[in-house]
This record gives sequence, structure tokens and C-alpha cells, in this order.
Amino acid sequence: MRAPDVPETPSVKSSPSRSPFYAALTFGVLLVVWVIFSGFFDLFHLSLGVISCGIVTWLSSHLLFDDRTLPLRRRAVQAWRFAGYMVWLTWQIVLSNIAVLKLAFGPRSALQPQIIRYRTPLKSDFEKFLLANSITLTPGTVTIKILGDVFYIHAIDDASAAGLNGEMDRRIARIFETSAA
Amino acid sequence: MIVTVLSILLIVTGLVFFLGAAVGLTRFPDFYCRMHAAGKGDTLSTLLVISGFAVYQLHGIDDFTEDWPVLLVVLKLLAVVVFIYLTSPTSTSALADAGWEDGIDPVIEPGHENHLEDDCRKPSSPQP
Repeated sequence: MRAPDVPETPSVKSSPSRSPFYAALTFGVLLVVWVIFSGFFDLFHLSLGVISCGIVTWLSSHLLFDDRTLPLRRRAVQAWRFAGYMVWLTWQIVLSNIAVLKLAFGPRSALQPQIIRYRTPLKSDFEKFLLANSITLTPGTVTIKILGDVFYIHAIDDASAAGLNGEMDRRIARIFETSAA
Repeated sequence: MIVTVLSILLIVTGLVFFLGAAVGLTRFPDFYCRMHAAGKGDTLSTLLVISGFAVYQLHGIDDFTEDWPVLLVVLKLLAVVVFIYLTSPTSTSALADAGWEDGIDPVIEPGHENHLEDDCRKPSSPQP
């Protein structure tokens, strides 16, 4: 997983400070994926891969990394923190599945379905996307709708509704070092 | 031997969670609660079952210098897990939102909030 960016200034497309290494990075990522998925290491297949990845990089490298003004070093730090976040999220998913398992075999009275409003300090689209997906994956909560800063969340019982206390926002804000939370 | 036992354990645990998801899907009271079972149950169980497959692949390694391409299969299986991670919660939210837009009323525990209805309920009369 790569940490996509926080487009703080999305209008700056050809800033003078943009890093020249982003095309090379895109190419490298694509080539690694190519080699893993192809599994052939002879000259013919590798050169096919180089040609394909070159064409894709040339046509659409801007899709993979949006904000190219960010120094690569900072992006590497973000990617590392993002990996840490994924580990934490996987643990949350384990807890959430145990909770669903208990509720599935438990009595109906264990459920207190409700829809709550939740305001997030996160600003960028990617952070909101990450937060919405994380909320959906963690115990007892599903994001239904996002309107601006407000998330509408279906919580299956009181405990999971109380669990939305902003800890996840802080973790996500820490990945990207934004000012939120 | 250890590899086989470990992969069987992973796959069986995954199937238990799949069973929980299926039971929840039928027992929960309304559409939105069912999305909990459908959206979360299959994330972890797919992760476990596919990890079981990946571990089982290691079974085929006798001589590492010759059999290392097996690791490529493992990486491909892990790529499937990454896609499930990305798509499963997204589709869960999309379905829940679509259900709301289509006018499915949630079951709300008496005395609890339904802020979504407070803020943006569309006219409940069906369009002709």
C-alpha cells in the first residue's frame, strides 16, 4: 500500500518545486507489480513489462500520485505510518468480526440500532475516505452517508455508538501530519 | 505437516466467521443491520481463508533455490486480500447509502437517535 497524498493545494499542477522522481517511482511500482503477476523472468517478458509500464507511466502517472510537490522523504514516512495504521485496522477488524459473531447468535435485545451524526475535523477527500472505510470495518458501525464534515453512521448497539470518540480521526491525522484533532 | 495444520486452522476459522456472517444476515432485523454482517463478516473471513491458501502454498517448497516461484503465488493471493480490504467497506457504505436513498426505513431502537432522518429525510411518499 502506498500512502496517497493530502492535496492541500490541488490547483498547483506544475509547481516549480515538484519532485522529478515521481515518474520514476510510478514506473518502479508498476514494474514490481508486473514482475510479481507475470512470474516470467526471461528477456522477452521483462521487456514487454518495461514497455507497458513505460506507456502507462507516460499516459497516466498523475493518477497514482496527485500532489507531486510533497518531498519523497515525507511520503515514505507517510507510507510507513500508513502500514502501521493498517496493522491496527486489521486488529480492529478481528474485534469487529467477533462482535458480529456474538450478535448473530445472541438475542434480538442485544441490538440497539440507531443512526448517529458524527462530525470529523479531517479535511481532505482521501482522509475522509479512509475514515469512512475504517468506520465501516470497525466493530458495530457502518458509514451510510457523508455530507461535508458530517458522517451519518449506523451503529448496531450503544457500545459501538459510544466507541466513536475521535480516536480514529487522531490516528488518521497523525499519518498525514495534518492539523486535525 | 505444521504448514498443513496451520492452513487448515486458518481456513476453518475463516469459515466460522463466514457462518457467523450468514447467520447474522438472516437474523438481523433490518437492511442496515444486515449490512453489518455482510460487510464485516466477509472481510476477515476472506482474509483468513486466503491466508490459509497462501500458507498452504509454502507446502510445495522442498528446495528453496528451485521452488521460490511459489512465493509469487503467495504475493498474488495477498494482492487479492488488499483488493478485498479496499472494496468491501466501500461497497458496504455504497449499498447502505443506496438503501437510504431508496427510502428503506431503518429499525431504530425506541429512545435512540436517527439523526439522518432529522437532517435529510426525503419526502416519504413514493414517486409516481
